[in-house]
Amino acid sequence: MTDDSNKVPTGDPLIEQAESAGGDAESDSRALDLLDIRRIIGLLLGIYGVILFVLGLGASDADIEKAAGINVNLWAGLGMLVAAAVFIAWALARPLSRAVD
Amino acid sequence: MLRLDTNLVDYAILAIYFVFVLGIGFIAKRTIKTSLDYFLSGRSLPAWITGLAFISANLGALELLGMAANGAQYGVATLHFYWIGAVPAMVFLGIVMMPFYYGSKVRSVPEYLRLRFNNPTHVFNALTFALATVLIAGVNLYALALVLKLLLGWPIILGIVVAAAIVLIYITLGGLSSAIYNEVLQFFVILAALIPLVVVALTDVGGWSGLQEQVRASGLGDAGLHTWEGTGVGNTTNPIGASWIPIVFGLGFVLSFGYWTTNFAEVQRALSAKSLGAARRTPLIGAFPKIFIPALTIIPGLVALVTIKGLGGDDPDLQYNNAIPLLMNEYLPNGMLGLALAGLIAAFMAGVAANVSAFNTVVTYDLWEPYVRQGRSDEYYLRFGRIATVAGIGIGIGTAGIASGYDNIMNYIQLLFSFFNAPLFATFIIGMFWKRMTPWAGLAGLIAGTIGAAATYASYKWEIIGFGSELESAFYGAMVAFAADAIVTVIVSLVTKPKPVSELQGLVYGMANLEEGGPSASESVWYRSPKVLGIGALGITALLSLAFI
Repeated sequence: MTDDSNKVPTGDPLIEQAESAGGDAESDSRALDLLDIRRIIGLLLGIYGVILFVLGLGASDADIEKAAGINVNLWAGLGMLVAAAVFIAWALARPLSRAVD
Repeated sequence: MLRLDTNLVDYAILAIYFVFVLGIGFIAKRTIKTSLDYFLSGRSLPAWITGLAFISANLGALELLGMAANGAQYGVATLHFYWIGAVPAMVFLGIVMMPFYYGSKVRSVPEYLRLRFNNPTHVFNALTFALATVLIAGVNLYALALVLKLLLGWPIILGIVVAAAIVLIYITLGGLSSAIYNEVLQFFVILAALIPLVVVALTDVGGWSGLQEQVRASGLGDAGLHTWEGTGVGNTTNPIGASWIPIVFGLGFVLSFGYWTTNFAEVQRALSAKSLGAARRTPLIGAFPKIFIPALTIIPGLVALVTIKGLGGDDPDLQYNNAIPLLMNEYLPNGMLGLALAGLIAAFMAGVAANVSAFNTVVTYDLWEPYVRQGRSDEYYLRFGRIATVAGIGIGIGTAGIASGYDNIMNYIQLLFSFFNAPLFATFIIGMFWKRMTPWAGLAGLIAGTIGAAATYASYKWEIIGFGSELESAFYGAMVAFAADAIVTVIVSLVTKPKPVSELQGLVYGMANLEEGGPSASESVWYRSPKVLGIGALGITALLSLAFI
């Protein structure tokens, strides 16, 4: 996780101390994988997508009327499911521990 | 009375969001071993994450509701806040200033002042910044509680305590990582909430052309559809009530550059990036969503203006600030309603969290470590940072009380920015480009600039000078603060002793610390080049601007 650019000396004792306290890079990247935000976003949007899509399937005429004739739960739910799939696919294709950027 | 017709599904959607927010805090805690992990995410994050967090930290609910309110009040001219007042400064930060921030390894914006100038300048700025952040965190807490009271009928104090408790838990546990990951998540939840709302609202008024027609017929008239019309000096007829001079120099130059380039709550996101290249791309990646966000704020504002009778009138429920909540109530069925509510609450908590995570860093690295308890172990400062977080939120709850004394929350925020950020920008820009600027000029300039902003505000309040609007007075206040800071800086520099050039390595123009051996191969791909990204963002902005003159 740390590269050469992080080792420019600053000549300032307070900064040097904080920089040198550094953790173990290997375990850092494993923990980061757990915290891959792409999976978290994918999961949350996926859950929301399912809930809204199901609500949209059972939408009443009044609901659709309210939203200018659009079944907004259905379409927003579908959109979120697509977005969720993109995030999950991205996270699986390039796991954090291997990703360059 | 505006009270949302929420049901169990809406509350379930809200509850799921809170579970994710807290879950991120618990997972982020596992990555934290040192104070640098806690305060700067161990300088390890990729650019797309820091870039989205950069824009999210700004996309608080005050910003969303406030800009929708401006959309209803001023119309399309609100675009100035995005295309003049944000994008150019973000590009400047990424291309010109970031090498000094990231390259010098400073851990905060005030710390740059300690290295470039002297301890008194550092203490002055650290103290004023810490004060500003807790005040703004308090404003966000109070505004959130107001919205929860209005929409769900929660008592004010309950709203403040619940929101504060959730932010407290996830920041205390996971520090900046927790704040940043939540900001990225929040960004997508806000998009998921607002895009469907905008589509439905726009469909209802007959699309963009239908909206234009109805705006022309509204009180705002045709002026509400143009950005630059009626901004001539002496012939200022545009809805904002400001000529092009304060718009370009006050908003576009001083206020905007001051906010985006010196506000540590923003810059901190870039400092957590894993390399100088990623740090420079942070504000540039953030600039692209910023170009298009006005579609999600100004359009709802305009739709609310033409569809909701009595908006902006005497009924407090129908004030401009409620444009987005009113449309949610108008258009969204249960389900989407809960999601929109989650997006709104997410945006408020981000506003609190961004400020609290900047506050704890500055209090620890800029006040406690150098001046109160020096030379302790890293674990000590990590522990202290967590205590500072708790204290910051506690004070934030207190300052929420102060905010409740102001009728117009956005003006209160603008006032804070013109006092704290405008002078700081002058000091930074002169300090970075003029090696001769002396340490004492740093302190004298900052104090003079703050006095300049205060004097302008006072002359507006007591009507000594006439301004077109309160907003115009804020723009001029920023210009006065900048000029006062710059003049005093130059004068004091000429009569005091400069730092030897050898102590300025990495801090001034022409002496930046570049990455050893140049950027790595993956960094030098053309689409990762800061110049390409920056010019791209400015080009898109310029083209879009032509469409709305």
